[in-house]
Amino acid sequence: MYDTIVELTVRNHPGVMSQITGLFARRNFNLEGILCRPEGDGGLSRMRLMIYTDERTEQLVKQLSKLYDVISVSIRQDRGPSRYRQLFEECWD
Amino acid sequence: MEMNGAQLIVKLLERQGIKIIWGIPGGATLPLYDALYQSPIRHILTRHEQGAGFMAQGMARTTGKAAVCTATSGPGATNLITALADAHLDSVPMVAITGQVPTALMGTDAFQEVDTYGLTLPVTKHNFLVKAAADLLTVIPEAFRIAESGRPGPVVVDVPKDVQTQKVRFGQWPEPGVPGPVRWRDNGVLERMAQMIRQSKRPMFYVGGGVVASGGADLLRSASQKNGIPVVSTLMGLGAMAYDDPLFLGMLGMHGTPVANLAMARADLIIALGIRFDDRVTGKMEAFCADAAVIHVDVDESEIGKIRNASLGVCGDAATVLTKILPRMDTFTREGWHGEIASLKSPTPAAAEIKNPFHPSGIIRYIGNRAPEDAIVATDVGQHQMWTAQAYPVRHPRSLLMSGGLGTMGFGVPVAMGAAFANPHKKIVCITGDGSFLMNLQELATLAEHELNITIVLMDNGHLGLVRQQQEMFYSNHVFASKFTRSPDFSAIAQGFGIRAWDAGINGSNRSAIDEALAFQGPSLVVVPIDGTTNVYPMVPPGASNLEMIQEA
Repeated sequence: MYDTIVELTVRNHPGVMSQITGLFARRNFNLEGILCRPEGDGGLSRMRLMIYTDERTEQLVKQLSKLYDVISVSIRQDRGPSRYRQLFEECWD
Repeated sequence: MEMNGAQLIVKLLERQGIKIIWGIPGGATLPLYDALYQSPIRHILTRHEQGAGFMAQGMARTTGKAAVCTATSGPGATNLITALADAHLDSVPMVAITGQVPTALMGTDAFQEVDTYGLTLPVTKHNFLVKAAADLLTVIPEAFRIAESGRPGPVVVDVPKDVQTQKVRFGQWPEPGVPGPVRWRDNGVLERMAQMIRQSKRPMFYVGGGVVASGGADLLRSASQKNGIPVVSTLMGLGAMAYDDPLFLGMLGMHGTPVANLAMARADLIIALGIRFDDRVTGKMEAFCADAAVIHVDVDESEIGKIRNASLGVCGDAATVLTKILPRMDTFTREGWHGEIASLKSPTPAAAEIKNPFHPSGIIRYIGNRAPEDAIVATDVGQHQMWTAQAYPVRHPRSLLMSGGLGTMGFGVPVAMGAAFANPHKKIVCITGDGSFLMNLQELATLAEHELNITIVLMDNGHLGLVRQQQEMFYSNHVFASKFTRSPDFSAIAQGFGIRAWDAGINGSNRSAIDEALAFQGPSLVVVPIDGTTNVYPMVPPGASNLEMIQEA
């Protein structure tokens, strides 16, 4: 099992987090961590989701891509989970 | 131009070409109804919001275009949810407009407040909560575009009451929402697909609702004939091939024809068109066509590889892919393969039932032969639905309307009504059961009011038959909570609503009652009392391989 970072660009509105987390809940995908911040003028947000890699990761990416509020999806190979964990540690201080 | 949000919604619906909407008004949609009062759009007042949702589905399922229903906040919206979930699982395009409490009251547990956005999120293709009337200029056309693009589905637009009354000034009308262009990237997949078909000795088309939705039925027949490829269909794909086409082997899966399941197991190539490897179709997945290569064609890329890995995934709608692959397919007869399949066709109990005039399957075949050639048939959910799938002579796409994915009892009557509103010159037949019929009974009032040309055939076995069947077969005959100890007088109920009723006698022995009900122009009910212990065969036990078909008691 290896941690993966999924990066999303999404439309920024109050319901968008429900759209993303709802997909994880109803399709029984795992979700270990979320980072989110608005982009530019606030019309879009960027999200980074930490997940455990398994054979369903490709299906997860396809399902995320279908959401109307999701503008783009990518797997960040260059931003490993250690950076993510480090950031969490800093936030919790 | 200046108008309020409600007037803007109605004008945008008119510009979208909407002629009819179904709904029930309430406090949070009064501004919308005031705008409808001044509109040429015809509003059909149903007796329950679920009825409104399913009537919109009846129109959408027969026309392929998004149909519209509306409900007020709170219970109005929650009552719509079953129809939305049903549309979502069967990929039916619809737009539901719901009223919401005023923005200032949202989140305060106001009267008739419910989180419609949150509740409808998992059962829609997409949903909107509109915060400003000006946003409607983009949201309404976008709702139609989303509902009809790619894999169709339901869209909810939740509009708070103050947004409906808010004034908007705008310079020009947006274009109506239309389906987006068909996504297509070749990447050499067509050549690979053609090669796999050429090299296959025993190919099969496994077709579903995607063929019907894309308008690919004629192309499927051409491809099947040109290359000698036999066809099996899911429940949602019935109608893509005529029931008596020599290349059509019938429905596969849990209650499919034995030859469909047996031929699938022998195939070396499965060409899956607009299907999703549903568990009722595949049976035990590991045993389903285990040795065959799979070409999976679907407009929804996430379906490819979701359940079964495809040897070749082709992302595109069935009609587009068939159009492109046809010129690359050779002319073959495949006599060897057809001979092998012919040897699998033995006289089965289910086939005998269709010929037995007093078996439910025989009664349904009789109705299908008596109804006009272009009749549309809707069913409810249960044994009568499976017998209809097996026995009704379905000749055209979009002429058989069933709740496939969600399996919603109460679907039949309102969907038949929506089909009748959309196809006023056609006969609509609704085949239902005594369990399902009572689940949206209130719409008989709407049916009588509009004098729709619908014949309801009620197969009355005094049970929730499919539950009783499974209790008998798999739960040691522990028949529990599936038998009605007392049934109402269905004819009297219909007559109470002002609908003519006939009794066809035990097992439909009084055929003239069926004939008269079918010939009647307007709403009619014919009650067919049937044996309460008859089972649907064949049946693959849930979770078993499709080769483990139970053929008879």
